[in-house]
Order: sequence, then structure tokens, then C-alpha cells
Amino acid sequence: MKRGKGIRAVATALTGVLALSACGGGKAEDAGPASLRVTVWSANEAHLKLFNEIADEYRQSHSTVASITFDPLPFETYTTALTTQIAGGNAPDLAWVFENSAPDFVASGALLPLDDTLKKVDGYQYDDLSPATLNLWQHDGKLYAYPFSTSPFGVFVNTDLLKQAGQKTPAELISAGQWTWDAALAAAGAAQAATGKAGLVIRDFDYKGWDNLSTFWTGWGAQAWSEDGKTCGFASPEMVEAMTALHKAIFTAKALPGPGTTVDFFAGEAAMTISQISRASLLEDGGFGWDLVPLPAGPKGPYSVVGQAGIGVLKQSPHADVAADFLAFLTNPTNSAKLAQFFPPPRQSQLTAETLAKTNPKLTPEQLQTVVIDGITNGVVKPSHAGQAEISQQVRAGLDPLWKADADVKTVLDGVCAKIQPLLAK
Amino acid sequence: MTRTDTRVGPATARPTLDRARPFWTGRRRDQLTGYLFIAPQLLGSALFVILPLILVVWYSLHEWNVLAGTFTFVGADNYAALADDANLGAVLRATGLFSVGLVVFNLALALLLAVLLNQKLRGTIVFRTLFFSPVVVSLVAWTIVWGFLLQDNGGINGLLDTIGVDGPNWLRGETTAMLSVIVVQVFKNVGLNMVLFLAALQGVPGELYEAAEVDGASRMRQFWRITVPLISPTILLTSIITVVGSLQVFAQIAVLTQGGPGTSTTVLVYYLYQQAFQFHHFGYGATLSIVLFGIVLALTVLQWQMRKRWVFHES
Repeated sequence: MKRGKGIRAVATALTGVLALSACGGGKAEDAGPASLRVTVWSANEAHLKLFNEIADEYRQSHSTVASITFDPLPFETYTTALTTQIAGGNAPDLAWVFENSAPDFVASGALLPLDDTLKKVDGYQYDDLSPATLNLWQHDGKLYAYPFSTSPFGVFVNTDLLKQAGQKTPAELISAGQWTWDAALAAAGAAQAATGKAGLVIRDFDYKGWDNLSTFWTGWGAQAWSEDGKTCGFASPEMVEAMTALHKAIFTAKALPGPGTTVDFFAGEAAMTISQISRASLLEDGGFGWDLVPLPAGPKGPYSVVGQAGIGVLKQSPHADVAADFLAFLTNPTNSAKLAQFFPPPRQSQLTAETLAKTNPKLTPEQLQTVVIDGITNGVVKPSHAGQAEISQQVRAGLDPLWKADADVKTVLDGVCAKIQPLLAK
Repeated sequence: MTRTDTRVGPATARPTLDRARPFWTGRRRDQLTGYLFIAPQLLGSALFVILPLILVVWYSLHEWNVLAGTFTFVGADNYAALADDANLGAVLRATGLFSVGLVVFNLALALLLAVLLNQKLRGTIVFRTLFFSPVVVSLVAWTIVWGFLLQDNGGINGLLDTIGVDGPNWLRGETTAMLSVIVVQVFKNVGLNMVLFLAALQGVPGELYEAAEVDGASRMRQFWRITVPLISPTILLTSIITVVGSLQVFAQIAVLTQGGPGTSTTVLVYYLYQQAFQFHHFGYGATLSIVLFGIVLALTVLQWQMRKRWVFHES
């Protein structure tokens, strides 16, 4: 006990996983019936029910597939859990990959190229996939993950709360051509002051998930880094202006809940939240009155931001070919239309308000057109970069001093660039 | 030698000897039984302690990209990278601060509680149970509940608000975040050290205090001159356990602060987790775990060597 007890625990935790990988790593062909496992971020019952229905249908026509399991991993630690499974030789057969880790996965060689499999499936209509949605998932001309969800960010509104505070609803502001960040933040601040509930919540930001702030700063024309990923954008005048506006909204107008405060819009605790439409399933029937509207216009005019997620097949899988075939089934035109109620598809033929309305009972054709279709067509993808986990950690630590009432925005943002520029230049 | 000299020849002598000394002698049977008894523990240690330790050293000499599946020998590069790591200084500072804070708070509070609960008063058993109960609570559950309490709009600030105090945003300030993590950990484990101190206090002979009282020694003098020397072996044990435990802290950091704000609560174990499992630098993560091993070993050896100077039965 006295000699190195600490290291024993740490070493066991660290190398237990590594040792397993030494025993279990590498691809092993398996001729028996395939049991496929798909890691996904969502544990939402409605999502999993639909996944399982499609999987059951596939198994009925493919007797060689014994089972297909959708394995939800917690959203916050999804990528860490996935890479740990890969390191431990326990990789899933298929995996959901977020846009922020897409460059690492796509370029690493961990995923199986999918073009050939998808193109040869009868009726797949590969050319129907919007080229803009494929960019992030391609490397050297090959597609390494299917852009399963291209989900624009919109603003969910608790209309009851805004009316209670005597504020115009965003729909009214849109009609009057006044749906801007100034108006949105003013309404959020007023709602907070009048009701005591939170004004506007940028979901999943929580003063840590900073990439969600791109839904805000893009309105000012700011970027986390340049298009080629080599130059830091946090110290740019546009970013300073955007973050100054955000800082005032948090600490002066109280339009956003401050750091260290947990607020859930879907539990009726906030007037507005920025989120993706896949979260619409969290809205309960018979709850508060709600609406979904596009992001407010920033000083640079209207804009949209999309979050993307792909599904790829792990090369390590002993049933990689079967997994790729299942992915082709899961994303064929018929199933893509079914999944569209939660995950906006990359298929151009399905990106019409009429088609999406069939599977999105909660959203009106107008919401689908303005938020989903226009968002996917014109949207900027959330920041993504090779080695993003490390960059992200540095940005989070660099931005921490900003979340105080007396912060000097310019100095803090210069500090962020000082931290991440060496990583971007690698 | 004598036995060999008396042999006529190997072919004729051996059967005679085998008959005289069968292989399974009582001593060998005892040895085998002993080895069989320790075999499960030995096997467990070899598989889950010795082998991983060797593997960590091996991995620290490699660059392992999990996603790409590459495993390249880089010699001492990972060790050289320690010198260039701009974050390591802050990480070691945070680790030192946490350890010192935890050890001082934990041992002082545990000893104070043990002395108070060693009095022959009504209700001490209830208090002993109350203070010990956090030890058996799940660490993560304990930390999550504290996370809610420490939020800006959480229970602690709510309580402070009722007496007119505007509480700080505990987990968002650099000093208060470190203080919060230390306090959460102290309250979690202070009961264990308290019980150890209590057992030691009850082993101190009562007649020593009676004699001291006759000699006119004050209560404070009795504590420093009788109690502390006689329980010093327990102080040594608890300080070693607490120091080693403080260097292992992970779950509290992962749940409460994720190393922030800034890097103010990024302790060494959390940093090596980030490097290995979040940034996929498994080789460098292994190198950091060797550094941690060195620190734990050095501190333990130091405490062990110094025991002769201040532990009662050791001098």
C-alpha cells in the first residue's frame, strides 16, 4: 500500500484499457452471424424506437445478421467514450461522429470508405445527396461517413412566457422585419426581469461548450479560425464586437443566465433557447405554448448555423462489410424520409417543406422552410478542426476569464489566440 | 557432498535414495499449500498491477494514435516533451495546492472530531455514525449532489442569502473552485481518518493523563505531550493514506470543474486523462503517469524515512 498505491490505481485504469487493446485490437474477420453495435449520442426513446424499427426490418430480410443494437453514450463525453472503446479493442461496428471530431476520424483511416457500397445499392440515389453536406466527411475524394444529420440551429420560443412579460413574440418581430439580436436580447432581458425565469439559453454551451457560441457570433461575421484552419479568429474585430455584445447581454441585461446556473428551456424555465430541431422531441404535448423561428439577424444580416453528425463504419469491425450494407439500408430514400422527423437528411429531394411535414407533426411548413430548409441551404457548419479536443480545451480555459462581470473582452480574446495559434499552425 | 561420495554408481544408488526421501515431503507439501493460498492474489497482482506498470513504461516510449491504429517507437521524446509542456507547471501547482489543502484540512478536522467524539458524552455514537456515513456513499453521487449545492443559484448560496450574505459563484472562481473541490473531498473521507484516530485515542492509557494531572499539566499540554506522541503511528498512517489519496483525485474534478476555470483545478491525474483519452496522446499520457508514480513514490519514501524523527515507537 505504502509504495506507489496511487500509481497502481491510475496505471491500472489507464493501462487496463491499453492492455486490452493489445489483446483485442485489429480487424478479425468473423464468418458467423453478425451482431452489429451502433454507438449513438441519443438515449431519446422516440429516436431509439425508430432506429430499432428500421433495424428489425433489415434483419427480417438479412438472416445472417443476428442482432443490431443501438448503444447510447452520454452526449457530453460521447467522443471520449467512443475513442476509449476503440483503444480498448471494443470498437462498435458503426459509430455516430460529431462535426467537431469529423476531421480526426475522417483523416485517421479508422473508418471504411463508403462510396462504393452506397452507390451499388439499388434505388439508393447517391447523387441525390447534397454535395455541401458531404464536404466534411470526405478525404482524398472518398466518403468516410454518411452525413446522417444536418441540423440547423433555430430559436425555440416559450410564447407563454414572453406574453406574460408583455413582449412581442419573435413571430410578430419577424413579420415586422425586426427579428434582430438587439430585439431578441431585449425581449430575453425583459422576460427575465418580469418573470424571474431565464431569458435566452444557448443550449449545451453552459460556459464550457464554446463552439455552440458560433450560433451567436456568426451574426457578426466572426469565425473561430480562418477557412484553412491556420489562423485564429478570436482576436478579430468582428469576434470582439460579438463577444462584447454577449458579455453585456449576460452581465448587464441579464438576458442570458450567468455561469454556474442550470436552466432547462424544455422544462419551462426560459423564454427562448437556441437549439437544433432534433430537440423538438423534448417538447411535451400539453406543455407551454411554443414556436420555432430562425436565428435573429446579426449586424451582418440574416445567417444560419448547422450542426452536423455522420455515421461511419469502423474498419476494426469484424463485420465491416455487413455494417456498411446496413448503413446503406438505414439511409436509403425510404428510411431517410422516416428519420427526417428528427435528423434532417442530406437528400435534396427530401428537403422540401411538403416532404418534411409528413414526418414532422410538431413543426409547421413555414417553420420547416425557414429554419430547416433555408438553414441547411445557407448554413455555416459549427467549428471543426483536426485535433479539436485539444484546441477546444485551450479555448475553454482561455475563455473562462471572460465569464466575469469585470472582464476585459479584448484582452481575454487575445489570450485565447495566444493559446491556440500554435495548435492551429501544426 | 557426503551423499555423493558414498555412492557406488548413479544407477544403483538413486532408487535407494528415492525410497529414503520421497519427493512430497511434509515441508514441500506445506510450501505448495502456501503458494496455492497466495496464488490468486499473486496472479491478480501480476495481471492488474505489475503488467500494467510495465506496459505504462512501454507505452511512454511510444506515440500511439488510437484512431489511426499506429504505434511508433519514439524513445525518450515523450519525456523530453515534459520540459516543453506549457501547461505542466500550472498542473503541478494545482496538484500541490490540492494535496496540501486536503491533507491539512482532512487531518486537522479528523483529529478534532476524534478528540471531541472520544469524550464520554451522550449521543457521541450518533455523531460518529453521521460523520462516517459519507465514506460509504458513492463518490460520484456525493460529488453530483455537491455540484448542485455549489451552483450560483444552488443550495449553499440560497442558505447564505437567507442570512443576507451574497455567496460567490463557487465553481467559477479560481480560488473558490479549488477550495470547493478540497472541501467536498475532505467531507467525503474525513470519517475514515476520524475512526482511525478514535481507535488510536482509545488505546492511550488513562493513567498517563491522571499522572499528568497530578503533576499539574494543563489539558493542552497533555494533548501535545501525551496524546500526540502516542497516536503518532496513526498520524503517520493517515498522512500517507491521505497524501496518496490526494494525488489520485479524479472524479470530483471531472464532475465539478473539468479542470477549470482556466486550468486552476487541473490536477495531474485529470491532466493525464485529458492527454490520453481526450487528446488521444496515449504515449504522453503514460509518461505523465510515470511522473505521478515518481511523485507518489518520493513522497511516501520521504514520509517513511522521516518517521524515526517524530513517530513514537520508531525512534
